[in-house]
Amino acid sequence: MRPFDFVRPTSVDEALAAWEDGAAWLGGGTNLVDLMKTGAVAPTRLIDLSRLPGMRGIEVLADGSTRIGALVGNSELANDPDFAGNFPMVAEAILSGASGQIRNAATVAGNVMQHPREAWFHGPASDPLAGDTGKLAVLGTDGAPAAVNPSDFCVPLVALGAVVEIVGPDGTRDIPVADLHRMPTADDPRHTTLTPGELILALRLPPEAAGFAAHSRYLKVRDRTSFAFALTSAAACMRIEDGKIAEARLTLGAVAPRPWRVAEAEDLLKGQTPGPEVFATAAELALDGARAVGGNDWKIDLARRTALRALDMAAAGTPAEMPALPASVFGTQRKEPAHA
Amino acid sequence: MTDKTKITLTVNGTGHAIDVAPRKTLADALREDCGLTGTHLGCEHGVCGACTITVDGAPVRSCLMFAVQAEGADIRTVEGLANGPDLSPLQQFFIEEHALQCGFCTPGFLMLIDGTLKQSPDITDDELTEILSSNLCRCTGYRNIIRAARRALDHARTTTEPAA
Ligand SMILES: Cc1cc2nc3c(=O)[nH]c(=O)nc-3n(C[C@H](O)[C@H](O)[C@H](O)COP(=O)(O)OP(=O)(O)OC[C@H]3O[C@@H](n4cnc5c(N)ncnc54)[C@H](O)[C@@H]3O)c2cc1C
Ligand code: FES
Ligand code: FES
Repeated sequence: MRPFDFVRPTSVDEALAAWEDGAAWLGGGTNLVDLMKTGAVAPTRLIDLSRLPGMRGIEVLADGSTRIGALVGNSELANDPDFAGNFPMVAEAILSGASGQIRNAATVAGNVMQHPREAWFHGPASDPLAGDTGKLAVLGTDGAPAAVNPSDFCVPLVALGAVVEIVGPDGTRDIPVADLHRMPTADDPRHTTLTPGELILALRLPPEAAGFAAHSRYLKVRDRTSFAFALTSAAACMRIEDGKIAEARLTLGAVAPRPWRVAEAEDLLKGQTPGPEVFATAAELALDGARAVGGNDWKIDLARRTALRALDMAAAGTPAEMPALPASVFGTQRKEPAHA
Repeated sequence: MTDKTKITLTVNGTGHAIDVAPRKTLADALREDCGLTGTHLGCEHGVCGACTITVDGAPVRSCLMFAVQAEGADIRTVEGLANGPDLSPLQQFFIEEHALQCGFCTPGFLMLIDGTLKQSPDITDDELTEILSSNLCRCTGYRNIIRAARRALDHARTTTEPAA
């Protein structure tokens, strides 16, 4: 690993002042240390965020939104009873990602900023078609080979309209998590829309996000039922009033360089009675425009089925207890299956 | 910028004043600078769990963390489990249940289970299986490890004596 210098600021101002070209922010390090070992990234300076004050709280603000400090641990957030009660599919998504030891060390900001996994295997300049093409995106790339966004956490965050609070040399700004990720190009290798030197201070869920708590699921399909990245995933939630869907949210994971929220499917579901036909139509719409790259046609079909099943599970209701194998096809406790 | 920095790591309650480059992982610093080779390294990419230790009570992968990040933290390694010649109950259950063969994965499993015992001794069998799925063992087939872990959890719940 290339040498670097290590600084540990104790205020946000100091952290911003410590930034230089080639520097990187260090959260838990579970992604960055790995990328530095493979040589996929080689920062000249690491700015350790762990001593920054005021970034470890989970709080409800006066307007009813929930603010999660950038340094809150992945385990800590998923295991916070109030948070998990209000946003069960976010907790379910976190607990289905990585392993306990990694979640214990990982921060929420590091999770949303984690790099696409292809760089982990092949280094930054590798040919995406040379690797396991099954993992490549089928949406949002205009048919170009590109890695998917690997974060489970980001999928329900996008479904719930979460925003990222950012501070940089020019002050603060908010951007929706939905606009945080981008497809790297030859001219611009960034996988997020942050400008180098910008720092995430917190994530915020809007007040209405807790309204979906009763019908809210994250379904992750993977090669094995534990400790593997998603082949496909879906966050689905709805508010059901008088037997009808008052509002639904649907976001797919592991299909595009960013979480793939499908407004058309959400619009279609509004006002409908929950049921297999309408969910099938919504799932079909969700994959509209999907294109296989290098033989990963199966991913399109799997993603469609994942969306359908997630909607079905959400309609059945959030389970009273989080399944021990979160969202595994074997471990889910479905109440009344809407169809076989 | 290749300069080493002086840090003190608190491992199993003992301070180790060491000189390390910032790029040295915690696992390497424990093994090479603190002389604590009980922590093993398998994949070095967070996948196998052999390097699991606890930091401030929580099991973590010591291969995915720089030593400088652990400054000031309460670090626990497999060397801290036994009290002199007396094995901890968890270690004893590992022997009784044949939960190890070559032993390469054992320190990682012991520290994972030890951390779990202290953090959440009330977990169900399913949760235990899910937690243990993060570590790889090429020898035992896992069933014996799960049995030893279950006994240690039950022991921790039913005795006032420290479980590990
Ligand atoms: C074996 C393995 C399996 C995994 N499986 C999964 C999985 O199934 N699902 C899943 O979702 N994830 C998985 N992960 C990834 C894991 O979730 C991430 O490694 C973790 O969330 C990163 O958090 P961190 O705090 O350690 O980030 P770091 O490694 O510290 O940082 C990651 C990136 O974020 C940047 N960053 C950190 N903090 C900030 C900030 N405040 N502002 C701006 N930028 C910042 C860093 O500069 C770096 O580029 C896995 C990882 C491993 C090693
Ligand atoms: S050596 Fe750390 S997880 Fe394999
Ligand atoms: S005992 Fe040999 S790897 Fe587990």
